[in-house]
Amino acid sequence: MTTDDRIIAIIAEQAMLEPGDVTLDASLADLGIDSLGLVECIFAIEEGFDITVPFNANDPTASDFDISSVGAIIAAVKQLQTDQAG
Amino acid sequence: MARVVITGAGTINPIGGDVPSTFAAMREGRCGIGPLDIPDVERLAIQIGGQIKGYAETDHFNRQQIALYDRFTQFTLLAARQAVGQSGLKFTGALADQSGVIFGTSGGGLNTQDENYRAVYEEGKNRVHPFIVPKLMNNAAASHVSMEWNLRGPTFTVATACASSNHAMGQAFNMIRCGMTKVMVTGGSEAMLCFGGIKAWEGLRVMSKDGCRPFSATRNGMVQGEGAGVFVFEDYDHARARGADILCEVIGFAMTSDASDIVMPSKQGAARAIAGAVRDAGVPLDAVGYINAHGTGTAANDKTECAAVADVFGAHADKLMISSTKSMHGHLIGGTGAVELLACIMALRDGVIAPTIGYEEPDPECALDVVPNVARDATIDVALSNAFAFGGLNAVIALRRFA
Repeated sequence: MTTDDRIIAIIAEQAMLEPGDVTLDASLADLGIDSLGLVECIFAIEEGFDITVPFNANDPTASDFDISSVGAIIAAVKQLQTDQAG
Repeated sequence: MARVVITGAGTINPIGGDVPSTFAAMREGRCGIGPLDIPDVERLAIQIGGQIKGYAETDHFNRQQIALYDRFTQFTLLAARQAVGQSGLKFTGALADQSGVIFGTSGGGLNTQDENYRAVYEEGKNRVHPFIVPKLMNNAAASHVSMEWNLRGPTFTVATACASSNHAMGQAFNMIRCGMTKVMVTGGSEAMLCFGGIKAWEGLRVMSKDGCRPFSATRNGMVQGEGAGVFVFEDYDHARARGADILCEVIGFAMTSDASDIVMPSKQGAARAIAGAVRDAGVPLDAVGYINAHGTGTAANDKTECAAVADVFGAHADKLMISSTKSMHGHLIGGTGAVELLACIMALRDGVIAPTIGYEEPDPECALDVVPNVARDATIDVALSNAFAFGGLNAVIALRRFA
């Protein structure tokens, strides 16, 4: 599975949707994922990719980790993989 | 119904080892939050807390006691010694049977669990000390206080996360009020600042890495603290008959459940608890001059709490003062309501309102008088102490100045 597919699978599982129903331009709210679901998504991404995601639920927009859409999350994860490689 | 008064208070917390030093710190707006000094802190994303610095258990307890007293029990016993000492009560004969202990804690002997899981899992040991169970159990503190001072009536522990102490004190209040007991030693304690305790909280992503700034637009989460607050609640007639020094009167209590979400707070649930406590106290809303807020410093709590206060008090919400002393001592979780009750007693008895320190920038969603950064002199007749727990469980206590 590609990075894109793996992230979509994580989000789809949290949203209880089929991966095919998760589009890149959708926000997590569009998919019915609430704040707890978001924290669980981030945990699953950290575990799955062995990266640390800077995220504080008190101020989700404060970090560089863009969670505005599925596509943004994928791009942010790839950036973190590069930054945190090795 | 019997009237209930407070005739003793004790504490150990990040800003003071007793009540006078805690009052002094609250008056000065001193911050007890700093870098954590615990094993494996370098593996934590959150490395600050309200830790009681310079605390050595061997200064207070002998080897046999330490084998049985987890840190949360130690804090409780130290605070209880001050409170019972101040009350001047001796629990003998009928009074011993008519007196009990109710404490709140959330984690109980969490340090004991952490240390012993380490021993068996990390170090691969196959043997633990024989007293691990009586040391870690949540009711250990209540039982040891009961044994130490011969309190032989109703004794138990309440665990409702961040509202534990307020629920405990509410039960103690109502037991005396309804005539079931004459004296209750009550309050709460927490000692959760260990690797496992912080790591679990980290996971929720609600902790601040740099400080607790309740109600400030710049707030970014809660900071954990540790310690205990213990009070002697006493039947008023009993206290008066023996000429006790009365710190203040406990006049109302209410508890509600949001019945909605396991972590997100509800304005309605909080408002029903606040309004309920004032109603139970039988005082008009505009008698309330000060509220010690739950004020955790999270985005969600502070705006929800302010909205609830505004809903309950209407125009009077802009006249009363509301501050969060968690900015100084951190969030003591199951012990927090007990330490925060001290701020209410200081307001009523000394006429000093503890500030919300760390306040940097107004938040339009927290547009109340939060007593920013500097303590204030004011004469207050009635004070409330709010506690709103994960699980949607809310508990609010009302106190009145004893004139």
